[in-house]
Amino acid sequence: MAALFYILAAISVISALTVVGARNPVNSVIALVVCFLSIAGHYVLLNAQFLAMVHVIVYTGAIMVLFLFVIMLLNLNKPGGPRKSLAMRLAAAVAGGLLFLTLAAAVRQGVAITPAAGFDPGVGLVRHVGQVLFTEFLLPFEVSSVLFLSAIVGVVMLAKKDKDEAPDPHITGPERARRTA
Amino acid sequence: MEPISTPHDYLPVLVQAAIAVGFVGFALSAAAFLGPRLHGRKKEESFECGIEQQGDARRPFSVKYLLIAILFVLFDVEVIFLYPWAVNFKALGAVGFVEMVVFVGFVLAGLYYVLRKGVMRIE
Repeated sequence: MAALFYILAAISVISALTVVGARNPVNSVIALVVCFLSIAGHYVLLNAQFLAMVHVIVYTGAIMVLFLFVIMLLNLNKPGGPRKSLAMRLAAAVAGGLLFLTLAAAVRQGVAITPAAGFDPGVGLVRHVGQVLFTEFLLPFEVSSVLFLSAIVGVVMLAKKDKDEAPDPHITGPERARRTA
Repeated sequence: MEPISTPHDYLPVLVQAAIAVGFVGFALSAAAFLGPRLHGRKKEESFECGIEQQGDARRPFSVKYLLIAILFVLFDVEVIFLYPWAVNFKALGAVGFVEMVVFVGFVLAGLYYVLRKGVMRIE
């Protein structure tokens, strides 16, 4: 099990570095998919199986499709991207170095993390998540559906603003006149 | 109470992933070793169909396609909630069914809005 963890961790770190370092943005996305899959493997090792499944379906499946679409929309014909100025690179190095220093100091302090409750290996299973979600957290679950509705409406409102779009055949009369005005 | 599943139950997934990656690696390296190498302007064109290629495939396209991708993400997240519900369907009973009907009702209202707005129509 420990060996599996180290293999997965190595894949995660290497693919994450590839995401940052790849010249071609599409290669970055593919590396990000590998990274996400290895993180899903970590979830399985932690017995958080619902989370692993969500990670594969939503992040690896849907979010990456969105990323590829955005790359297509950005029309990145020139490889490499724009060169950053020296001051920009210096600032990035300083900021990254400070963050690394903070993290290293935090790890060196050795903050003892103690679990609040005893570890229950069944807590992350789909069955248990569902039992809690549909009883104890019913209201947040139902509110999330309203959130989806608002997200759908918001997306359509933001993106569908073409002035030259064909008038909606369902809308007639004064309503159409009001919309086209 | 049935025994809970552990990471060991995912061993078949690991084996299948190893076979899939191994096959792709084998096929690609075998093709590189065994296949002939021919270079040339005609050979390296994107499409060898006898018709001259025009322009570039990478051109800006309508944001409508991105809209469909975003809607896909939203409905994908909705489907995620169906999995724990389906696993617990019998235990939750009629109350759970009503809960899910309310949830899906809201999302279906969004789908109706999308269809009414004509987002899915692409000229």
